[in-house]
Amino acid sequence: MADQHHDTPMLDELENGPWPSFISGIKRLRDKHDDTRIKGMANDLLGQLEHSYETRKGYWKGGTVSVFGYGSGIIPRFSEVGDAFPESREFHTLRVQPPAGNYYTTDMLRQLGDSWEKWGSGLVTFHGQTGNIMFIGTSTDNTQHFFDEINEYGWDLGGAGPCVRTGMSCVGAARCEMSGLDEMKIHRTLLNNFTDDVHRPALPYKFKFKVSGCGNDCMNSIERSDFAIIGTWRDDMKVDQEEVKKFVARKGREYVIDNVVTRCPTKALSLRDDDTMDVDNRNCVRCMHCMNVMVKALSPGDDQGATILIGGKRTLKIGDLMGTVVVPFMRLKTDEDYEKLTEMAEETIDFWAENGLEHERCGEMVERIGLVNFLEGVGIEVDPNMVNEPRQSSYVRMDGWDEEAEKWFKRKAEEKVVAAS
Amino acid sequence: MAIEHRAPIESGCPDGFQYMHPVMRKNYGAWDYHEHPRPGVLLHVAKTGDQIWTVRAGTQRILDVFTLRTLCDIGDKFADGYVRFTIRSNIEYMVADEAKVQPMIDALEAEGFVVGGTKNSVAMISHTQGWLHCDIPGTDASGVVKAMMDELIDEFKENNMPNRVHMTTSCCQINCGGQGDIAINVQHTKPPKINHDLVSNVCERPSVVARCPVAAIRPALINGKASLEVDEKKCICCGACFPPCPPMQINDAEHSKLAIWVGGNHSNARGKPTFQKLVAAGIPNNPPRWPEATAIVKRILTAYKEDARDWERINDWVERVGWPRFFELTGLPFTKFHIDNWRGARRSLNSSTHIRF
Repeated sequence: MADQHHDTPMLDELENGPWPSFISGIKRLRDKHDDTRIKGMANDLLGQLEHSYETRKGYWKGGTVSVFGYGSGIIPRFSEVGDAFPESREFHTLRVQPPAGNYYTTDMLRQLGDSWEKWGSGLVTFHGQTGNIMFIGTSTDNTQHFFDEINEYGWDLGGAGPCVRTGMSCVGAARCEMSGLDEMKIHRTLLNNFTDDVHRPALPYKFKFKVSGCGNDCMNSIERSDFAIIGTWRDDMKVDQEEVKKFVARKGREYVIDNVVTRCPTKALSLRDDDTMDVDNRNCVRCMHCMNVMVKALSPGDDQGATILIGGKRTLKIGDLMGTVVVPFMRLKTDEDYEKLTEMAEETIDFWAENGLEHERCGEMVERIGLVNFLEGVGIEVDPNMVNEPRQSSYVRMDGWDEEAEKWFKRKAEEKVVAAS
Repeated sequence: MAIEHRAPIESGCPDGFQYMHPVMRKNYGAWDYHEHPRPGVLLHVAKTGDQIWTVRAGTQRILDVFTLRTLCDIGDKFADGYVRFTIRSNIEYMVADEAKVQPMIDALEAEGFVVGGTKNSVAMISHTQGWLHCDIPGTDASGVVKAMMDELIDEFKENNMPNRVHMTTSCCQINCGGQGDIAINVQHTKPPKINHDLVSNVCERPSVVARCPVAAIRPALINGKASLEVDEKKCICCGACFPPCPPMQINDAEHSKLAIWVGGNHSNARGKPTFQKLVAAGIPNNPPRWPEATAIVKRILTAYKEDARDWERINDWVERVGWPRFFELTGLPFTKFHIDNWRGARRSLNSSTHIRF
């Protein structure tokens, strides 16, 4: 085998330059691995990839491959040019769910690597864009063997197709002072409540949960998830005035005014004459900018919880959609709080499963039927935090205005009672 | 005889605490502040006074097991055996002891990994597989990214940008790479070429019709065979019909181009999150190193670096200086294709006298 490499003049160009080369990695498998199966697979993979580079076309097609008992989690790939590249003719990927925050011990990575070397190509990515560990390249038979082996020591497949997908969470409370959430708990509580919907695709299309500990939204959850859970707080932000003074002394007033005070989107900050910071907490929108700049001096408050947005997604079919606020604040402390979150996710998925069209993301359904119909369907009351501004168009039927206004006053009165108790 | 199958253990998402560095486990939810001692290194300090030092390194993302083991060896030797990965596929090593940081950086660099990617750097480009594994790719994101990171490596290793720059690459308009400060995405420019012999066997025709965002596809009888036809005047060449119906070949060696978009920002910091906007198109899909795309990205980065103020992401910068200035500074042409005509497009039009001269 070692003497019969496919020529790869174009791919060889990607071995030049200082950034680590994935082509060199595949060649290492071809040239240095002990197993002739892996060598041959790597060689034919390179051959097909070179063919793609020459013709500027892809040559993989999908199909149906799964492991026993599941309908999801494998990305089947069969080569359209398999006769020329037979040893990578079947080149399926297994999507495996990582822990929230993507933590591993080196022992576990080695164990996964050993299993993958036994059954697969030896190529792996941490992680794909949905958030899965991608074990790239194995045959239909070995898909089952590899899954059986790693499933025994704690790993399970993620989603693929029209189902609940693998979630993503930021590093969060494990290492970040900005986090207002227990991302690990939220992520596992939600995902493992929907295990059946992860493994058995029966929804209109994909459904993604992403958890970010603060408004910096490192997980891109507003832009990329159907159900975004983002940390926030309701009380005042914390200001360490001694640290403010130190920061001003170090960086200068001009820097603080230009980079902190005037960058506040709601003009809620003011640098006082004595170099302390005044905060208008009523108008702070928890954007995180000032805290990103003045890390020691400013920090989130203590009354923490989550803002929940529904319906973010990428381009196809109707165009990019951001998530929309449906819960401005949800406390996430007690078991009951978590039950409430899970119930809300269930209501959302159930309503969308009933009303979504085939291949229609949750956000596209909301776009089609209107936010109010969605809210009524899942039992959430309207809130002015859900909109940038009220309606501009007068083209609307308003039967029942009085009842709706009455509902609002009643709800506000109840909130007052709860707040007072 | 029925084959005995092993029933899966539906364990779902595993508990991450078992894989977390003990100092992070101990101080979970109790961190006080962080510092950025140098590019590629973060210091987090807990309320207890405990410290955790993080070293971040870029890799080739598609790892062979040899590389994976090299990364593990470094983790065993310098990082107490604990690692994590960022959303942009960088590896992070965390240690409680500052003395391990420099030797770890030396070991990573000696093995060819690139320490950096923190704060106001050009971060690792997020992307998916492309020709290596995808069934519908117009290009090879992995190759585009490798070629581009070769040229941007110094910006990854340093912190010379006004704020962080998140780049993404996508091999079709589904945009798996996601929103970015700069996104390099495939843009098809011709309608699909249909293999009418295969459509009726391979495609579920009503669902293909339903996928089209502009209702340009309809069932048709072609040469006596049930097939589909495309109204080529209506077709926006998005490629949405290709995944459910591979005989509607959208990828074309010549006419599948690259386009560049800027100003996507996931963060709520300062302004609300923003989507990326088209700035350049018609860029040749030119393997193996895509030099034309990289050249435009570098022009945008140069203009941003010179003209933006501290903490401005690309979207903040353009919002301050205006789009006419963006096109002037980057030397990119502004064309009729930059004016949006999709739903909601009117909100992108200037209905004011706010004009910079």
